[in-house]
Amino acid sequence: MADVHPSIAVPAGRAGAGHLRLPIGRIALYIVLVALALVFVMPVYVMIVNSLKPLDEIRTGNLMSLPHEWTVAPWLSAWSTAQIGVQPTGLRPFFINSFLLVIPAVAISTLIGALNGYILTQFKFRGANLMFGAMLLTVFIPFQIVLIPMAKTLGLLGLAGTIKGLILVNVVYGIGFTTLFFRNYYAAFPGELVRSARMDGAGFFGVLTKILLPNSAPIIVVTVIWQFTNIWNEFLFGASFSDFSSYPLTVALNNLVNSSTGVKEYNVHFAGAFIAALPTLVVYLVSGKYFVRGLMAGSVKG
Amino acid sequence: MASLQLSNVQKSFGPVKILHDISIGLQDGEFLVLVGPSGCGKSTLMNIIAGLEEPTGGSLMLEGRDITRVAPADRNISMVFQSYALYPNMTVAKNIEFPLQMRKVDKAQREQRVKAVSRMLQIEHLLERKPRQLSGGQRQRVAIGRALAREPQLYLFDEPLSNLDAQLRVDMRTEIKKLHQRLKATIVYVTHDQIEAMTLATRIAVMKGGVMQQLGTPYEVYNRPANTFVAGFMGSPRMNLLKACVERTADGLSLVFGRDGGATVLDVPAAQAGGALRSYAGRQVIAGIRAEAVSLAAPGMVAGPGQQFFEAQVEVIEPTGADTLAVIFLGGEEFTVRLEPDVALAPGQKARFLVDLGKLVCFDTETETLIA
Repeated sequence: MADVHPSIAVPAGRAGAGHLRLPIGRIALYIVLVALALVFVMPVYVMIVNSLKPLDEIRTGNLMSLPHEWTVAPWLSAWSTAQIGVQPTGLRPFFINSFLLVIPAVAISTLIGALNGYILTQFKFRGANLMFGAMLLTVFIPFQIVLIPMAKTLGLLGLAGTIKGLILVNVVYGIGFTTLFFRNYYAAFPGELVRSARMDGAGFFGVLTKILLPNSAPIIVVTVIWQFTNIWNEFLFGASFSDFSSYPLTVALNNLVNSSTGVKEYNVHFAGAFIAALPTLVVYLVSGKYFVRGLMAGSVKG
Repeated sequence: MASLQLSNVQKSFGPVKILHDISIGLQDGEFLVLVGPSGCGKSTLMNIIAGLEEPTGGSLMLEGRDITRVAPADRNISMVFQSYALYPNMTVAKNIEFPLQMRKVDKAQREQRVKAVSRMLQIEHLLERKPRQLSGGQRQRVAIGRALAREPQLYLFDEPLSNLDAQLRVDMRTEIKKLHQRLKATIVYVTHDQIEAMTLATRIAVMKGGVMQQLGTPYEVYNRPANTFVAGFMGSPRMNLLKACVERTADGLSLVFGRDGGATVLDVPAAQAGGALRSYAGRQVIAGIRAEAVSLAAPGMVAGPGQQFFEAQVEVIEPTGADTLAVIFLGGEEFTVRLEPDVALAPGQKARFLVDLGKLVCFDTETETLIA
């Protein structure tokens, strides 16, 4: 953003002399920003340096210091050999489980959200607002309340302890959010485009797939990031509705940290935690600017 | 191309009536303009013709086929929207092709139509661009191109020029008129701009409050407005509507403007003095006189048939370049006249004017309808 840059802020007449002069307020601002950035970077730094140290160094040394002897052994251990519960499998199978869970769950809940948003905004039917209100309400229901009914339902469906079951739970929980996102985006969508498409011969799904979805990139990105992060990081459902073969990564990480006998391998724990956080970090880094842009899109251009 | 028959079309939202019994018969190749102030129901009527809204009563026939309950896509009607409604994710070529693609026209024929339409509208060089890379006028052309592509029986235009700047609007107006002459298409066009209505239409339907006030050719609507609303709405400056007393004279009728002292008396030409107006003798009417019926009297001028002189005081002078508008007092009421561009008049001055009452129209003071 150009207007934040100090050289732009100086009036044109004094540009030559004032090029190096920073106003006091701006210096203070930068100091505060740098300090806050350090606060946020510190845990990441601690995780990284300690995951690259032998265990001895952590026990004897300082958490903040760089490793004397660099090693990737903790990462390898966390990935493929560390004890998860009773099995020495490492996090790898559960990393795969999480992907098998997250990808379909994000895709399905996003598509249903788009469909719901389309119907709620383009077809004025009786009770549309009531239905939307009810869907919104699901966003505010605490996870714990539905644990037992959900366990019964999964049992009845024969999905208890499976990844499919977890996909179902996360899709059901995500629909409220995805519907909210898409409904608000499509409420501001130019109605003439939809009417024009209908006159041009596009049917129910034609309007959705040819007109609405291709013009929904910002809100799709927002929804995908939101759903990916939530489902990837979700712990309670994973802990409640899965068994050893279908644990998502969050549950496995918990087991890794809690199941070491004897010595706590902090370096392995740090590496494991970092592995678990990597996919969401990547998603944010790759599409972060779309995320901000998407969240702003509705408010700026109403 | 086809004829369109609207019979007693009605629309209401609950107890609120948006459209009252609209009946319009449109011949093949006609250009109907629906005109009226905002909220008059003209856009609702257009949406009903398009099938985007359902009427609560009445029926629509397109070339003898009842389309009242037919889905918009199956009516064989194209529409050009006010915002152009170009699909932002598609190129110009894809936009024009879209209605054909939806109708499963085969690829070779689609390409040929896109080529033909874009050549006709001179947008061939834009085919690979996205709508956001086009100017307002270019978007307008593409929107028209998309409507032309599938050769429908009826075209609908929903205020297509209102988003363009003044100069472009005049150019595009001419383009649309040319297009109509070339295609011999049946068109229904909605606007709130009475000049667009006058210039484009073969027939105009003037609407107000969901009621059709008058349906007629531009000439009829301009010269024989059905009521004072139409008289005031069509034409710029608006028609002068003045209260006047009808009085019987030796050889016909005269109109008396204003009270005894400053009254101006104008004789009604024989052609207008017949029948209906005669029965108003001794009563008040609203006289409608267009601004261009009046000119400044030159010395030595002789009044022709239907013409006569009167004196009045000038209140305001408004030069527009092409001509000069002057507000004068006639019988104590303001009266706008259209004069030569270089008249030598000053506000407050008294002058002699020549008025041609050949196109005089009179309205009932109660019902405000034309006395004919």
